[in-house]
Amino acid sequence: MYRKEKGALPTRMPATVEREKELIARIIAGETNLFHELIRPYERMVYLSILTMLRNDQEAEDAAQEVMISAFRHLKGFRGEAKFSTWLVTIAVNEARRRLRKAKTAQMESLDETKEDREGDFTPAVLTDWREIPSVVLEKKEMRQKLRDAVEQLPPIYREVLVLRDLEELNQQETASALGINVTLVKVRLHRARMMLQKMLAPYLRATAPARKGFFGRMFQ
Amino acid sequence: MTLECKHVWEHISEYLDRQLDPKLLMDIERHLENCEVCSAILDSTRNILVLTADERTYELPLGYSERLHARLEKVIREQEQSENGPA
Ligand SMILES: [Zn+2]
Repeated sequence: MYRKEKGALPTRMPATVEREKELIARIIAGETNLFHELIRPYERMVYLSILTMLRNDQEAEDAAQEVMISAFRHLKGFRGEAKFSTWLVTIAVNEARRRLRKAKTAQMESLDETKEDREGDFTPAVLTDWREIPSVVLEKKEMRQKLRDAVEQLPPIYREVLVLRDLEELNQQETASALGINVTLVKVRLHRARMMLQKMLAPYLRATAPARKGFFGRMFQ
Repeated sequence: MTLECKHVWEHISEYLDRQLDPKLLMDIERHLENCEVCSAILDSTRNILVLTADERTYELPLGYSERLHARLEKVIREQEQSENGPA
């Protein structure tokens, strides 16, 4: 959706729906080796949705493997009402949440995932004298690191929505279905997540821009 | 300007997702034409989303795919064996 320029072309090329259906039917019928082909387009999606939730490479990789194994074992239960990708990401979300809950009880963290945070500040950062940031800034490696850091800092309920919508580029309906929440909540949380990111990152966008007096101005509030 | 900035901010996400109804969209676009503050917020948010969707922002660990398929292969073989029963 927000993809642009050649460098950002998707590397995953999901098979056509028909091909996928055919693969699934054949795997269930016994050609189990085709499972490798079936999941190949979604390896990245599964890993990243878990990684961004767990914030730990090692655990994310293990969890991603578990998700794929679970998908293999439960493939017969896939009814084809949802897209296969949505079904898969739902398993991934559940696995990530399960592990998060486990970690949380271990840490005695008092984060209530289901409670909507009404106290939060979801207003964007105001920048004066803003000019379109040159693409070189966005191309910088540090900027990508800053973004990953900012995403990590989002509370889980916002992070999961943002990741599915803006990183995995699932649509609202698919996101709602994978997260087990309604579309309205997806919209509300996505908006808040985006505003929180904007607030966290705007200073860096400004800081990495060429130094020029008053170029990005000061932030207030 | 009939719309207040704060009101525009509430709709930035929908604006980016092109989900605004035509009337509100028109009001917001008119506001954006005259308001640098809101234009800056919109631009910066849009840039952040471009960066989020950029495949280079998140990279897979080296060998991830190989390890995944190797583990799957084991599981697939195990299932085949159990279905074929003891030889
Ligand atoms: Zn304004």
